[in-house]
Amino acid sequence: MARVVVDVMPKPEILDPQGQAVANALPRLGFEGITSVRQGKHFELEVDDSVDDAALEKIAETFLANPVIEDWVVRRVGA
Amino acid sequence: MSVRVGVITFPGTLDDVDAARAARYAEAEAVPLWHGDPDLKGVDAVIVPGGFSYGDYLRCGAIARFAPVMGSVIEAAGKGMPVLGICNGFQILCEAGLLPGALIRNSGLHFVCKDQWLKVENNTTAWSSRYEKGAEILVPLKSGEGGYQATQSTVDELEGEGRVVFRYVGDNPNGSRNNIAGITSANGRVVGLMPHPEHAIDALTGPTDDGLGMFLSLMDAVVNA
Repeated sequence: MARVVVDVMPKPEILDPQGQAVANALPRLGFEGITSVRQGKHFELEVDDSVDDAALEKIAETFLANPVIEDWVVRRVGA
Repeated sequence: MSVRVGVITFPGTLDDVDAARAARYAEAEAVPLWHGDPDLKGVDAVIVPGGFSYGDYLRCGAIARFAPVMGSVIEAAGKGMPVLGICNGFQILCEAGLLPGALIRNSGLHFVCKDQWLKVENNTTAWSSRYEKGAEILVPLKSGEGGYQATQSTVDELEGEGRVVFRYVGDNPNGSRNNIAGITSANGRVVGLMPHPEHAIDALTGPTDDGLGMFLSLMDAVVNA
C-alpha cells in the first residue's frame, strides 16, 4: 500500500473566481500583503502496490482533473 | 411516424420533466431514459437535461459522464444521432468529449437566475433550424457554473467554423468566453447550451415560447433525415 497525492489546480490562464473571492476577503479580516490566491483540489489515494504510475496518471488525467481547465501533479508520499 | 426523444434522468437531475414536456409540445414521444441503463430504447434523439447530477461532486458532469447510459449516447452521437445538452447536460457533454471546452464557476460567483436574451448565431444545426439567423430569443438562465472556457485555439475554431449557436445579448452573465451561451459539434447534430429553452415553451409557464423552436427544429431534422 502507498499513499498517492494528486493536486489539481486551475490553469494559470483560467479565471478562478473562488480564489479571487478568498483573496478579496483577506484584507477584510485584517490580513494584508496577500496579492493572489488560487484555489484547487487535493486528493489522497490509498493505492495497492499493483497500481503503476501510468494508471495513476490516467486516473488523474481522465477523471480527477479536466485537462481543458486544470493542471495536475501526481506524487507518491511516505512509502 | 412518431419521433421518439429520449430524456435522461440521473440522480440529481431536475429538469427532465420539463424537457419531456417540451418534446411533447413539439409532438414528439418523450421516452424516459435511466442513467444506469445503457438501453436507449430505440430513440431518434436524446436530451441530457439540467440539474445537479451526482450532486455536482468532483466537477459538474464529471461523474455523470461515466454513467452506463452515456456510453450509449456517445456511441449514438458518433453515428449522427441528435443530442441536446441543457445546463448540467451541457456540462456533461463537455466532460464526455462530445463538445469542446468546459464550464466553470460564474465570474461573479453568484448563482444566476433570470430571463436572458440570446442571439441565434447558427440556424443550421439539428436543434436550431427553426430560428432565423440573428434572431433574439428570451429564455431562463439558471446556473452557478455557466462560464464557458476553452483554449484560445478551440475558441478560434468554434468561431471560425460558425459553431457558436447562441450568444448572450447584453452584459455577460457568467464570464463565458466571447459571450458564448451554446455551441455545436462539427456535424451540427450535438448542441449544448447553459440557458433553458425547455422552460420557455408556453407563455403560461415561461417568459416566452421562444425555446420551443429548438424542439421543433429537432422534429424537422429527424423527419427529413
